[in-house]
Order: sequence, then C-alpha cells, then structure tokens
Amino acid sequence: MAGLCSVFSVCLCLLGFSAAVFEDQVGKFDWRQQFVGKVQFALFDTHSQASKKLLVATEKNIFASLNSRTGDLFWRHVDKTGPDGHINTLMMHGQDAVVVVGNGRLLRSWETTVGGLNWETVLDTGSFQSAAYIGVQDVVRYVAVLKKSAISLHYLSSGHQKWVENLPESDTVQYQTVYSGGNGQVFVLGVVPNSHIVIVEYNIEDGEIMKQKSVAAPWLSSLQSSCVMVGSGVLLCADPTTKSLYTFPLQSADQTTMTPILLESLGVEVAAGFQPVLISTQPHPARPPLSEFFLQLGPDYHILLQLKDGLVSTLRDFNPSYLVAFATTGEKTVAAVMSPKNETVSSLYCTVINLYSADTGRRLLDTTIIYSMDPNGGKPAKLYIHTFLKKDDSVGYRVLVQTEDLVLTFLQQPGRVVWSREEALADVVTMEMVDLPLTGTQAELEGEFGKKADGLLPMVLKRLSSQFILLQAWMSHLWKLFYDARKPRSHVKNEVTFETLSRDEFNLQKMMVMVTASGKLFGIDSKSGTVLWKQYLENIQPNSVFKLMVQRTTAHFPHPPQCTLLVKDKVGLGSLYVFNPIFGKKSHISVPALPRPILQSLLLPLMDQDYSKVLLLIDDQYKVTAFPSTKNVLQQLQEMASSIFFYLVDSSQGRLSGFRLRKDLSTELIWEVVIPTEVQKIVGVKGKRANEHVHSQGRVMGDRSVLYKYLNPNLLAVVTESTDSHQERSFVGIFLIDGVTGRIVHEAVQRKARRPVHFVHSENWVVYVYWNTKSRRNEFSVLELFEGMELYNSTVFSSLDRPRPPQVLQQSYIFPSPISTLEATLTEKGITSRHLLVGLPSGAIVSLPKMFLDPRRPEVASDQSREENLIPYSPEMPIRTEWFINYNQTVSRVRGIYTAPSGLESTCLVVAYGLDIYQTRVYPSKQFDVLKDDYDYVLISSVLLGLFFATMISKRLAEVKLLNRAWR
Amino acid sequence: MAPLSSSFIAIVFVNIVGFYTQYGDCNNGRRVPETIESDLTGFSVPLEHSFEVDDVPRFWVRGNIQLKAGRENNVFLSQAMLSEKDRSVLKDVAAVDGLYRIRIPRVSLQADRQTDRQLEGYLTAFVRACSLVESHLSDVITLHTDVSGFVIGVSIVTMPGACRGAEVEDEVDLEVFNTTISVMAPVNAPAPETALFIERMEQEMDKKGKPQEQKSFFAKYWMYIVPLVLFLMMSGAQDQSGGGAGGGSGNGGGR
Repeated sequence: MAGLCSVFSVCLCLLGFSAAVFEDQVGKFDWRQQFVGKVQFALFDTHSQASKKLLVATEKNIFASLNSRTGDLFWRHVDKTGPDGHINTLMMHGQDAVVVVGNGRLLRSWETTVGGLNWETVLDTGSFQSAAYIGVQDVVRYVAVLKKSAISLHYLSSGHQKWVENLPESDTVQYQTVYSGGNGQVFVLGVVPNSHIVIVEYNIEDGEIMKQKSVAAPWLSSLQSSCVMVGSGVLLCADPTTKSLYTFPLQSADQTTMTPILLESLGVEVAAGFQPVLISTQPHPARPPLSEFFLQLGPDYHILLQLKDGLVSTLRDFNPSYLVAFATTGEKTVAAVMSPKNETVSSLYCTVINLYSADTGRRLLDTTIIYSMDPNGGKPAKLYIHTFLKKDDSVGYRVLVQTEDLVLTFLQQPGRVVWSREEALADVVTMEMVDLPLTGTQAELEGEFGKKADGLLPMVLKRLSSQFILLQAWMSHLWKLFYDARKPRSHVKNEVTFETLSRDEFNLQKMMVMVTASGKLFGIDSKSGTVLWKQYLENIQPNSVFKLMVQRTTAHFPHPPQCTLLVKDKVGLGSLYVFNPIFGKKSHISVPALPRPILQSLLLPLMDQDYSKVLLLIDDQYKVTAFPSTKNVLQQLQEMASSIFFYLVDSSQGRLSGFRLRKDLSTELIWEVVIPTEVQKIVGVKGKRANEHVHSQGRVMGDRSVLYKYLNPNLLAVVTESTDSHQERSFVGIFLIDGVTGRIVHEAVQRKARRPVHFVHSENWVVYVYWNTKSRRNEFSVLELFEGMELYNSTVFSSLDRPRPPQVLQQSYIFPSPISTLEATLTEKGITSRHLLVGLPSGAIVSLPKMFLDPRRPEVASDQSREENLIPYSPEMPIRTEWFINYNQTVSRVRGIYTAPSGLESTCLVVAYGLDIYQTRVYPSKQFDVLKDDYDYVLISSVLLGLFFATMISKRLAEVKLLNRAWR
Repeated sequence: MAPLSSSFIAIVFVNIVGFYTQYGDCNNGRRVPETIESDLTGFSVPLEHSFEVDDVPRFWVRGNIQLKAGRENNVFLSQAMLSEKDRSVLKDVAAVDGLYRIRIPRVSLQADRQTDRQLEGYLTAFVRACSLVESHLSDVITLHTDVSGFVIGVSIVTMPGACRGAEVEDEVDLEVFNTTISVMAPVNAPAPETALFIERMEQEMDKKGKPQEQKSFFAKYWMYIVPLVLFLMMSGAQDQSGGGAGGGSGNGGGR
C-alpha cells in the first residue's frame, strides 16, 4: 500500500512538471539560428546553371551546403571536434564532393543535393599532404591522396583503392604535391629543403614508377607555399631572395635545372620582406591548368602573368588590389579583382570588384560590383566567385566575401547584398541580457517623478500634460490594434528596428549582448533573433578571455545603459571597452590604462552619482584600480574599504587567498588556503550570481516546523580533481569556502570520480556532475546547506559572525546521459521553483526539476515526507521526453546556457549557445501568473453580464412582491 | 544566538552527513608547554598570532598544536597566557576594529609524510579583534585536511561571534584562551545507493508478487467456473433426465 501511495504521489508531482510545448506554440516563443563557423573551403556548384548550392567546409569541422539565393542551410554535417574531425581538403566534381577528414584518416564522397554519403574509405595512417582528382581522356576517374610516405589512388565511383605505393626515400624527401595533367601519368613532387626537388612519375594503371628525377633548388624550402603548376605541366616557383621566378617542365627529358626569370625583367618589384604568392587555376581536373596566373607581390599588389613557351609576360598590373580569384564557367575563365574604388584615395570602406578576361587581361564591360564595407566590421579576407553564362553568352557573376570578423556576404551586380551570415556567432564566449529602454511616453512619466518640485501649478499642468500624452498613446495603440486585426495574421509581423525597440509589458523582450571569440560583439533582439548592432574589436589576440559586466542598467533614465567588456590576452594584460548595450555605440568615457596584468575584477553594488556601478580591477601587484574613479566613488570606497573583500585563485599552485581593501586602495592579505597540487588541482571556482533572489528563508517540513537554509552570499564552491587518474584512486573534491573569511565550510570527496565535472552553485545548494570511473556512468550529486531549526541572526547575514558551521546534506543519483553544460533557472523574485537546465551532447536541453535533486528525498516514504511533497529516493534520475525544452530544435555542441529573469515571476528566459543559438522561455512552475492563450473571455463576460441582469431583474421582482404583500 | 540544544535536535531529525571530527581538549592554557618535546609519537607545530594597531601583521608564537599521528587525529593545543601588554594592545586593536590573525605552517598529518613536510608557506585566518575580546577569548580553531592528510586551511571563529560594543571590564577575562581545537578531514560523498533501492524494490515485489503467483488458475477464477459448471451440470442433468424419460417412453412405446 505504501508503495502504491508513493507511486501515486510521484505521479502527482510529475503532473505539475509536464511543460512541453503544444504544436501550435512551435516557434512562437523560441527561435534557433544555425551557424557553420569560419569558412576554410567554399565551392559553388557549377554543374548546372540553375544550381543554387554553395558547399563550405569550416574550421569548426563542419561540412555544409548553403542556399546561394537566401543564405540558408540546405544541410549540415557536424563532425567531431578537434583534429579527428578536421577537414583537410574539399574537392567537387559534378554532383559529388570529395572530402579528406582527420589528417588523412578518412576519405569521403558526398552527394551534394541532399547531403547523403556516397561512400567512405578508411585510409592508411600517415599525415596528409595533398589530394587531387586524376582524369584520363577528359573524364575524371580517380582521386589521388598523397601522404607523408605513400600515395594511393581510389576510384571516384566507389572509393575502392586502385593501388597504393610507398614513396621512395620518404624519410628525407618531403612529398607535398600531386599533379596530373590528364594524360595517363601522376606526378608526385617532393622537396628536400634547401637542396633539391624530387619528381616521381607513376603509371595510373598499376602504380609503377615510370621516371624519377631530381632538380637542384637550393633556395626552396616548401613547395606548398611557393610553387604552383601552370600551363601544361610546368612547375613554377617564386624565390623571394633572388626576386625571380623559376620554371621547370615536368615532362622534359633532358632538362635538369630550373630556368630562372628575373622579376626585374618584367618591370615589377617585390615589397620588402614579402613572400611572393602564386595563384593559378585548373578549371577541369582532367585537363592541364591554365597558363595564366596571379603573382602577389605585396599585401595590396597583384599582377596577372602568362607563361608562354617558357617566357613570362605581364598581362595586367593591379596596384592596388586586395584580393583576387579565378573562376570558370563553360569554357571561359575570368579573374576577379577587388580594388579600391578610387585609385588615388585608397579608402578601405568602399571597394569595387571587377572581372577581367583571364587570357587577355582585358576588363569585361559592365561587371563592376561595389562592395561597401561595414565600418564596424573587419577587412575582407577571402573572395569566392560564382560565375555563370548569361543568355547573350556574356559572363555574369556573384561574389562571396569573407571578412576578418567572419561575415559571409554574398553580392550581386551592381553591389546588392543578396544575403550575409554572421559566422562569428558560432563561437559565443559570454553573454548578458539587458532590459530594453522605456518608450518615449514612459520615459516622460519617469522624468516627471525624477524632477524636483517647482510649484503647485506647474506640477498640476505637467501631470495633466503627461496624462494627455498617455491618453494619446493609448488611443493610437487601440487604433493600431484595430487596424492590425483587419489584416491577415501573416502580414502583421513587423520588423524590429531601433525605433520600435522598447520594453514590453512583462519585460519578456530583452537585448542579448553576445561576445564572440573573434572579438566581435553583437546586440540581438531576444524576441526575434535579429542582429540589431554589431561591433568588431580589432587587434584581439586569439585565446583572449572576455568578461562582460553590466555597469548601469536601463533603469536610470536619462543616463544610458552601460556595459563594460574586460579583454585579457594570454599574459593577462587587460583592456576595457565601454559601450551602450542597446545601440552598440562606444562610450566616450575615458577608461583607465591597465599597464599590469589583471588578476581579478569585481563589480561592487556601490554606485557613482550617475548610477554606474563601481568596477574594481586588481593587478598582479595587488593594487586596485577603480572604474569610474571620480571623487565621489573614491570617497565611498574609503568609507566602505574595511568591508570590501575579494579572493584570488591561483590554480597552478592550488592557492586561494583572500584580501581586504585598504583606504588608500591598496590591499592586505587576510586569509590563505592552499590545496597541494601534488594531490589535486582546482578545476573550477564558482560563487553565486549577484542578481539571484531567494524568496523563502527556509523549508516547511511535515511537522510544520521550519528548516532554515544556509544562505551565505559569499560562499564559493571549489571543485578539484585528483592528479592520480587511476580508476580506483581518482576522486573529485568539493570545497565550500567562505569568500570573506576563508573558512572551509564543508569539504567532501567523491571517490572513484573523474572529469568532466560540471557544477552549479545557487541558493543553498551545489549540484555537480562527474564521471564515475568504477561504474562507468555519469552521476549527479547535490549538496544542500541548512542552518538548522533556528536562524542564528535572522535580520542580516555576516560571514564574520556565523560561528556554527551549517548542516550539510548530500545525495547522489545516476544520470543516464553525458552532459555538456549545466545551468539553473532564475526568476525575478525567486518564488517559482527552480529547474536545472542540462545541455546534452545530443543537442537536447533538459529542464530537470530541482525537486528530483533533493538530498532530503527519503528512502521510504513516510507521512511527513508525503506532506512535504518529497519524492521517495530512487538512484536513477529519469529523463522524460516532455522535459526537452527545445523539442526537435537541437543545439549542436552546446557550450553554455544563459538564464535571465523576466518581468513575469513564472517565466525565465533561456539562451543556449554553442555552434547554434537557441532562445526560449521556460516556466518551471507553469504559467501561474498568466491567463492561457485560449482563455474564454466571451464566456466569462457573458456569465458576468447574465448574472448582473438576473440580479437586477430578481431585485425588481422581489420589490414588486414585497409591495404586493404590504398591500394585502 | 541560537541555543545549542536545538541544533542537535535538528541533527537527529534531518539525518545530517556527519563530520568526522575529533575534538581535542579545551586547554586552559595554564599548563606550561613542557610536553612538546617529550611526546615522541606525535609532533607539534607552532600556532602564531598577530594583532597590531597599525594592521601590519607581525606574527609571534601563541602556542603549540600537538598532533598525534595515527588513525585518530588527536590534537591538543598548549598555549600561554596573554601578558598585560598584549591585553592592552588587543583591546586597542578591538577599539579600532582591527583584525586578530592566526597562522600555522603547512604540514602533513600523515606519519609517513613527516620527512617531506617541508612545504613552504603558511595558512592564515582571521577574526575581528573585537569579537575575540567580547567573547572573552573563547575561540574555536579548526584545521582542515585534504584526503592525504595535508593541512589545507585553518579557520577561527569566536563564540559568540558578534561585536556588540560591550565593554570588557575585567582584565582577567582576557588572560586565558578558552580554545576548542579540532581537525576536520573531508567527508566521503555518498554514491548513488543502488543496492538499498534494489533490495527495497525486491521486498515490495515479494510482498505483492508472491500471493498472486501462488494462486492457481482455478483458485483465481473459481467464482466464475463454479457457477458455470453448476449451470452446465444442471442443464446437462435436465437434458439427461428429459432424454432418459423420452427414451424410456419411446422404449416403453416400442414394447
């Protein structure tokens, strides 16, 4: 009976959690954007004229097909992260694309229309050098893969290996290039650096070595960086020291040295210290490359050259020119050149792209595309050309430009942007959500209360005028509602612009400020996902650490909101970037210079006169810099100094130390905890979120007594991992340390556990996930801290005056899935029950009720525990499909989840980011403060009206009856 | 201030994860620290303290912590009285809301690690000097160790912990430390309790399952079978008797 009862109570509890979306709610409150990352290879499908496919392979190990008309994804394949999934090369022929993955581990052929896999071959080990199509008599039959010590030939139709041959003397010769002119031979070119070039010729049919020769080239170190194949089998190399080009025909029988051609004889000069780059093109893999090629002589200087009968002649000089590219359609090959619009003023912000005939160097008429760069963006970095033949047999083209800030822009003549993609968003590092500003009328009202009183009459007048403005706004709102109601639903969808940007009734629409690894900042409207502003910060070093802080919120009209981004490079040297999060404009406030590496930053609740919170930056000499550092702030800091504490973590030495601020903005060391690094190392330290509210001080238990929570706002959760990784001896350590006094409040060791460890610290609990090495599974563990049945000091919490340690309860559970990231929901007042948002590697996000992670779950259900709604303990945590908040909208490689409260207590805004970005709302305790969408207003008003009239009529009848009775 | 007793009630009630702490004795400090050298099985580390009006730490020895290695980490603290000068300094520090700091060197409590316990540095902690004065030098010092017995942190709290501005008139109250010292090792976090759960499930299954399995088909459905059989028997008997009678008469007729 007890069992049945407990099952029943569990069911009752679960009834409350079913929070899945209905079919008609799909996409109503949520959106997803998919990205591919920085493009490495991009190919247009030139197979047919009507094709709109664009194939891209990116640094994020993604192979995808984009619609070249809209920029949307046709399909996308996400491979493993790291070098295992790295795409080495992408080649396309006809409908099929050949890809080499994982440093030559796999050779794959994809069908490009639907993205299906044709075949896959596992290649022999060896580091990948290059790959090429091999054609025989105008038909491409094979693909050759060159590794460090072997070459293999595979059938293009099936992937089967035709032959594999070891390369001669592969321990001394670096083989780097494979080439075939389409006439029965395969050339493999290798180099012994600063000595000679080795050319090996193989027979296509059986892999027999036909010829082998070496050519002296003492100036050459790498074939890939300085040599190309030009014309019918001519090797062309550039030598920066002698400023000359060298040619060598591969098929020549007698020649043994390379022919030098001095660049001076062409009348050109190489920029000082610049390695000349050669660019050639091979329009058809079964035919030899064209004899025309580009030579880049400087960062902004290209020339188009032609090799004819062993002689090089200049076709056209492009100075200045930023980027060049070849493209072929039909039999015509053209060269596209990006150059500044006005040749005298080299302004980077307006450039033009022109087409030139490759064989003559003549400019083609009416082929100009004006490309105007975003002043907040980066410089163009790569150019891809899509050419097609028009009806009159002239060449038309579109361009794909990738800039340094990872924007893909697709342009057509005369400069219209067909689409653009912000691929920097594939690598979001950190984000914040900022409230939108009030509308003009709301701000007017705010202003009225803000100003000082200046007499009775003016105030009355002001009041009346603002009331009138409100009335006006309401009328126009009504009119708009009426007007919109007549139009069909689909037309109402209005664009989000800065003009229409204002806070909604329940503050559900916010500005998402996202910081990406490439140093580009975005302001995104959370309701629609529209990018409203973007700002590219140049000179950001790779692997920089970003910390985004909201110094002033939108609440302080007329002061604009203010965000500060702290960027730290590898050494720790920091710089501050202050901007307005709503409009993205850089603030003119002078920022302090930071000459020393920054160790720690903290945002104090102290405010300056203009309501911006004070940011303290601690450098490696423990000196404190305040920002803003006005007189008012410094005075406040002096007054508060003895109660400002901060902590530093040095994970390399396992040292945690606490400091106190002194009046002169220097600091003093007050506590020190050292966790020996020989035994364990610190994996992560987390405090509580500053904007977290806890509504309830305690938990009411079955016997109506209260168990008070230990709500220490200064508590730090420190997670360590053992250095010994043996499965029996490895462990994960959890330390709860008070950040002010350095007191170790609790110390626990999870035996036989290993990383990945994820943890969340909130309210009075810490939840962590680890890998159990013995049972080989992921496990959740929850720690909850309680003060006991009585509070020590119920009015105020002070870390300095809390002598008794809290009671700690802990329980663990099995979780049937690995975990990518973990976060807790957050609501305005903290009344709503909490859920944990768990990002799974499958791309799903599970909203797990915290109720299941409660260390007070009893072994056997008793009356008291049932009274408290405690679920009886079961070791395995369930995953229910209705807990997936993103239904089928999976978020690939989810790296972080951000939660923000909304104006509605029931609603928490969630953004999951990784490769994709997904925004939605969650209702942990269902929408208790919102009427349902299908609420029957007509019924309730008709019932009310009916009752009203019934009362009136019955009252009248009763009066008549009374009167009649009185007469009787 | 919460009474002590209620928190112990709470411990019983909520099944707290226990701290494996061993409390040492509350040394009254009057014993002279002679036993330090004589104790061969354990070893001792100096406990240093510092309280200065200008708040620049200058540590000197307050006492000796004697640690007995072995399974039970017994810990004793022997310390001297505060001199009159120290007392007045302490009161002055309390008046300017200064800090009272303590520190111990980094050591390992494990006996076999005594040789390589030349770890650098100290572990420090602090408490407000005023709360130490107002509590009449009643403090609780806890040494925290990690899994392998290294001391990783020290903490000091006073009982009571608040600074209320109460004047301590009696100089004698500030002479002797009333210290409780303990060593705290990490607790083992619980793993998912599968065994107990399975056991309980099995018990429940047994309770529910056994009587049902033992019942045979006939035992389960006898209430349906018996009336059916009875009905069949009745109808069959009627038929038989009717047939017999008819047959009998037919026979009779044939005769």
